[in-house]
Amino acid sequence: MEIAVINYKGGNVQSVLFALERLGVRATLTADHELIRSADKILFPGEGEAASAMRELRAQGLHELLPTLTQPFLGICLGMQLLGRHSEEGGGTQMLGILPFDVVRFSAAAEYKVPHMGWNTLQELRSPLFEGLREEDYVYFVHSYYAPVGEYTIAQATYPAPFSAAVQHRNFAAVQFHTEKSGPVGTRILENFLKL
Amino acid sequence: MLTKRIIPCLDVKDGRTVKGVRFEGLRDAGDPVALASRYAREGADELVFLDITATNQKRATLVALVRDVARELDIPFTVGGGIGTVADVEALLLNGADKVSINSAALARPELIDELAARFGSQCIVVAADARYHEPEGWQIYTRAGTHNTGFDAVQWCREAADRGAGEILLTSMSNDGTKDGFALDITGAVSRAVSVPVVASGGAGSMQDFTRVFQQAHADAGLAASIFHFGEIGIRELKEHLRADGIPVRL
Repeated sequence: MEIAVINYKGGNVQSVLFALERLGVRATLTADHELIRSADKILFPGEGEAASAMRELRAQGLHELLPTLTQPFLGICLGMQLLGRHSEEGGGTQMLGILPFDVVRFSAAAEYKVPHMGWNTLQELRSPLFEGLREEDYVYFVHSYYAPVGEYTIAQATYPAPFSAAVQHRNFAAVQFHTEKSGPVGTRILENFLKL
Repeated sequence: MLTKRIIPCLDVKDGRTVKGVRFEGLRDAGDPVALASRYAREGADELVFLDITATNQKRATLVALVRDVARELDIPFTVGGGIGTVADVEALLLNGADKVSINSAALARPELIDELAARFGSQCIVVAADARYHEPEGWQIYTRAGTHNTGFDAVQWCREAADRGAGEILLTSMSNDGTKDGFALDITGAVSRAVSVPVVASGGAGSMQDFTRVFQQAHADAGLAASIFHFGEIGIRELKEHLRADGIPVRL
């Protein structure tokens, strides 16, 4: 199985590569269109800032390639937000537009610090990605922006209102939390993805 | 529901864990990777590695350590200790650190926080602040392992750090550190109210009740400790069960 991990200088890529290594699978970190197109599965990790990530994707022509992919695709964290239409981050940023959501910022309140950082529970799980998981299992989040709940939502978390912890449209699935840093629960999700 | 985090802190020197860690069944307690994995299995929510190496080879050792830990560990970890430049931070993040904490370098040149946040995102930039209480000034920020008073007010400095883009504040009370009399509830509460980013409380943990207090009374988002975990005085799991019984959300 060929797994392509999209390289757009999105940070935190090494942790995802190590997580795959722990599962005994080999992955290629690449921005090469041919390698990406021919891969069996695509991982699209990311941490950092939306506008600079989009600039890098455009510079490599990936903003045109990614929406055309048909193999199983998993976005992680910023890699999920980038699949939306628009983000408030970076003074307003056009995203890839693969899924019909707009990314907005959490409003800080006394008991609700921003970034939303730490272990939170998952609800309303509905995807083969979550096979073997239970409602209220814990995963690790670090983010200041989020995608609202919509018909594309396949898992929710709450902070303080429900938001999309995971989304899916066709072959494009994505999670807001860090599967590679979420202990055995995160590992199970990665395994499930590799089995898709 | 977002849980309160329990964070063991490991001191490392020349790539080895120090501070006489006593763990039954752990063949090499000086091996940061073995120790980190052990804590992860016990239910630690995150780990902090504090590098206390004082040599020129420091950078290379620390980067290698980060890589080894990241290869094995499936929970987040922060690396701190003598980190001073954008290049330092980049090397650590590229090799798998989730967050990097800066301390003296941020006090010497606060713009460093803005630069790091713009480059890597706030979520991975932790500002570590060491505070000490004395009359009549109150809580002030110290550097150089707590020996040098900067004259900065602790709450003001933490607020500035957050405003400049720190994604988290790691607040250590030098007045409480090592006492086992409990966390500094007053300054932790004051900083937690003053900033809108998460606050990790550190220094003084001696009992499970100390953690309950720092979460309930000082609204800390995470509690960090070293020796009580390393010496096996408090187990991570029993601590979390205690906190849950006290009505505090934890991951169990």
